[in-house]
Amino acid sequence: MSILNALRSDSYVDISQYRDQHFKGNRYEQEKLLKMSCTLYVGNLSFYTTEEQVYELFSKSGDVKRIVMGLDKVKKTAYYTRADSEHAMRFINGTRLDDRIIRTDWDAGFKEGRQYGRGKSGGQVRDEYRQDYDPARGGYGKIIKK
Amino acid sequence: MSRRRHSDENDGGQPHKRRRTSEPIEIEDRLESLICRVGEKSTSSLESNLEGLAGVLEADLPNYKNKILRILCTVARLLPEKLTVYSTLVGLLNARNYNFGGEFVESMIRQLKETLKLNLYNEALYLVRFLSDLVNCHVIAAPSMVAMFENFVSVVQEEDGPQVRCDWYVYAVLSSLPWVGKELYEKKDVEMERILNQIESYLKRRQKIHVPMLQVWTAEKPHPQEEYLDCLFAQVQKMKKDRWQERHILRPYIAFDSVLCEALQHNLPPFTPPPHSEDAVYPMPKVVFRMFDYTDAPEGPVMPGSHSVERFVIEENLHYIIKSHWRERKTCAAQLLSYPGKNKIPLNYHIVEVIFGELFQLPQPPHIDVMYTTLLIELCKLQPGSLPQVLAQATEMMYTRLDTMNTTCIDRFLNWFSHHLSNFQFRWSWDDWSDCLTQDLDKPKPKFVREVLEKSMRLSYHQRIVDIVPANFSALIPTNPIFIYKYMDESSSSLPGYAVTIAISNAIINRSSNDEILTILKDVPNPNQEDDDDEGDSFNPLKIDVFLQTLLHMAAKSFSHSFSALAKFHEVLKILTDSDEGKLHILRVVYEAWRNHPQMISVLIDKMIRTQIVDCAAVANWIFSPDMAHDFTRFYVWEILHSTVRKMNKHVQKIQKELETAKEKLEKQHSRRKDSGDEEEDKNSDEEDGPLEEQIERLQEKVESAQSEQKNLFLVIFQRFIMMLTEHLVRCETGGVDFNTPWYKNCIERLQQIFLMHHQTIQQYMVTLENLLFTAELDHHILTVYRQFCALQM
Repeated sequence: MSILNALRSDSYVDISQYRDQHFKGNRYEQEKLLKMSCTLYVGNLSFYTTEEQVYELFSKSGDVKRIVMGLDKVKKTAYYTRADSEHAMRFINGTRLDDRIIRTDWDAGFKEGRQYGRGKSGGQVRDEYRQDYDPARGGYGKIIKK
Repeated sequence: MSRRRHSDENDGGQPHKRRRTSEPIEIEDRLESLICRVGEKSTSSLESNLEGLAGVLEADLPNYKNKILRILCTVARLLPEKLTVYSTLVGLLNARNYNFGGEFVESMIRQLKETLKLNLYNEALYLVRFLSDLVNCHVIAAPSMVAMFENFVSVVQEEDGPQVRCDWYVYAVLSSLPWVGKELYEKKDVEMERILNQIESYLKRRQKIHVPMLQVWTAEKPHPQEEYLDCLFAQVQKMKKDRWQERHILRPYIAFDSVLCEALQHNLPPFTPPPHSEDAVYPMPKVVFRMFDYTDAPEGPVMPGSHSVERFVIEENLHYIIKSHWRERKTCAAQLLSYPGKNKIPLNYHIVEVIFGELFQLPQPPHIDVMYTTLLIELCKLQPGSLPQVLAQATEMMYTRLDTMNTTCIDRFLNWFSHHLSNFQFRWSWDDWSDCLTQDLDKPKPKFVREVLEKSMRLSYHQRIVDIVPANFSALIPTNPIFIYKYMDESSSSLPGYAVTIAISNAIINRSSNDEILTILKDVPNPNQEDDDDEGDSFNPLKIDVFLQTLLHMAAKSFSHSFSALAKFHEVLKILTDSDEGKLHILRVVYEAWRNHPQMISVLIDKMIRTQIVDCAAVANWIFSPDMAHDFTRFYVWEILHSTVRKMNKHVQKIQKELETAKEKLEKQHSRRKDSGDEEEDKNSDEEDGPLEEQIERLQEKVESAQSEQKNLFLVIFQRFIMMLTEHLVRCETGGVDFNTPWYKNCIERLQQIFLMHHQTIQQYMVTLENLLFTAELDHHILTVYRQFCALQM
């Protein structure tokens, strides 16, 4: 039975423009991994957000396999299945946790050397350029601190 | 570049030029896009867009007829919300090209047969409805459509076949009548009358045991929750009384009447419904969800009544929009809010009703629960001045009617509400609900508020919950989720095993080996034994207690810490819980230590099952044990049980999949050898097939063993339910007390929930269940639940 391409839009699941600079491999390989990945990078969490809160929220799209939390480190949620992680991209990305709108994006998976955030100082990209004082995000942005 | 860009769909003339230079694939994609998006984002009217598109397609027929046929058949099958748009398009094409019209009808019939064969009953439904609307477009002759309906209805006379089969054919006829009832009655009223009479007598004699199991509310007031066929028949009857007037459906073909009535019509070929087969899986019956009526939307347009055909059409269309766009919440919300004809109806109320109808649908919602939460948030964003109020009104309504709401639906309601609140700073007029404070804690309203607060706490933190509710709600606030360490300090030094806990914590800090730890544990006395057990290997609950309490205490900081601890001492734990009693006891210890933190209990049990420290049956037995009786009605307990059953089911599916893959590999190997015409075939085949065949055998055993474990799990669960419920019923009868307590309602509905949530898996074990457990001797209250379940596919 034919299915119309025009009807199967699933834009929340598509991979974003972001590519990991530290990825060991070429762009094509990275994209391939992202399209199969069951792991999500989670951004814009408050420093006070706990692992329990992340578990509770992300469990709504499926069984959570593992969560990695860390101050200034990368926060990730991994599922057992691709389907569960796609539901997270569709329904948890862009909603609130701890009163903040969080973002999720596909991650190539757990590997050594990928413990840091995507910002140049190892934190979040937004924090590099943030000019306001946000106590939940460590005060001023890194660029101001310099 | 811009010259080569494709123009909009309302530009009829241009494509000719471009087509000569473009690739065929591009043309086909463009055709698809033109057809799918007709009328969208256009400044011209729908009618003029359709006219333009008909012209383009007519010109393309010589070269792309098959592709166009395929696209049109597909939109008929997959886009029911745009039914009349595409039926009009087909009507226009038929008027211009009679042969094409004939070929389209033939393709549709072929597609209908295929969908029925593949158990795609919803899609088949849309096809039937499309065909019936083609009568309005002068593509199909009315008498031949009536003949098809006669054949459909004759299914109710069949000897064999389940009721759900007849249901579908009756539904296919009834649900097409809003579109084509008028036309068919005008042309063939005698035959239609006969059809409706046959349907009426079928509906009178058909059994409706399943209905209570599928109702969201058991109360008849304020809105009866009707069986779907009964409701639709009432709607059709009312429409008939109104002389088949139907004012809601958008009918573009009316504007083209002068063109269309000149067209020659085709006769549908005689269509015999395919016979019933064992593989057939018919749709399950439904109950129509109603929560609003015209009194609830006091201002603005009036809400069509529950038995008006308009209500049916609006609800169907809103369901289809969700079905098409559920993956993209912004699009879905926008499409819902731009529903054609929205100015004549209180659209927000319809949308909220349809969404909750899906969320609460039994056995399962059509889509994942969290989708509805996010969709409602999007809708609130798009209509901030009106939708949140409707949502609040709905929430208030559902709160007032908790007493008669099905427990499964209460679960979904509280999950939705707590998640929703967490996106809006937990702002709610809690004082409005202070009536629940005067009721017993086990009554539905205070229970609901407690569970909402507990779930809300999981998404925030304890102090937050304390801050958001009024002070007089303190009895309903969840406990602070802290660890309870039995061997805390010197005051517990009199507890047996206390000294060993000190030794164990030191051992852990000093990174002692597992053997060293087991040696330390040998000193723990065994309260179960009077004689000296030299081996010390038998089940010793105190050992488990001492070790696990200490370990969990040290790892109490976070989930990650606790998971690490379980992983690190996996071996020790496995040794300690080697027996069924051991597994049960470890669950008890986890509960005792973390009973303030149900979420932690839940994730620990999940890990322990996955690492095989406990098995699923142990969890089931623990939940039904006397130790857990006081928490038996709490939501977290059922979260754990359902999660456990799901893990079991996924495990079986996974191994079955592995087996299938291996079998396919073997087959490929065989056919590859055959194709290559290898003369040394026989010699090689053993060598090649050997390892794969061994693997298949091993997997086969694994599957059987997993299925056996799965069957056992359900047996344990059902057995325990039966025991508990029977005890309660007997006790009440002998005591002369009403059995229908809140506890009973919860328990019997939890039993229902097991059937509903896992119905596909349970179907496999029906024979065993019927022979061993659900026998005629059972109390009829319990047996009724089983019978209702069976009725779902009968």
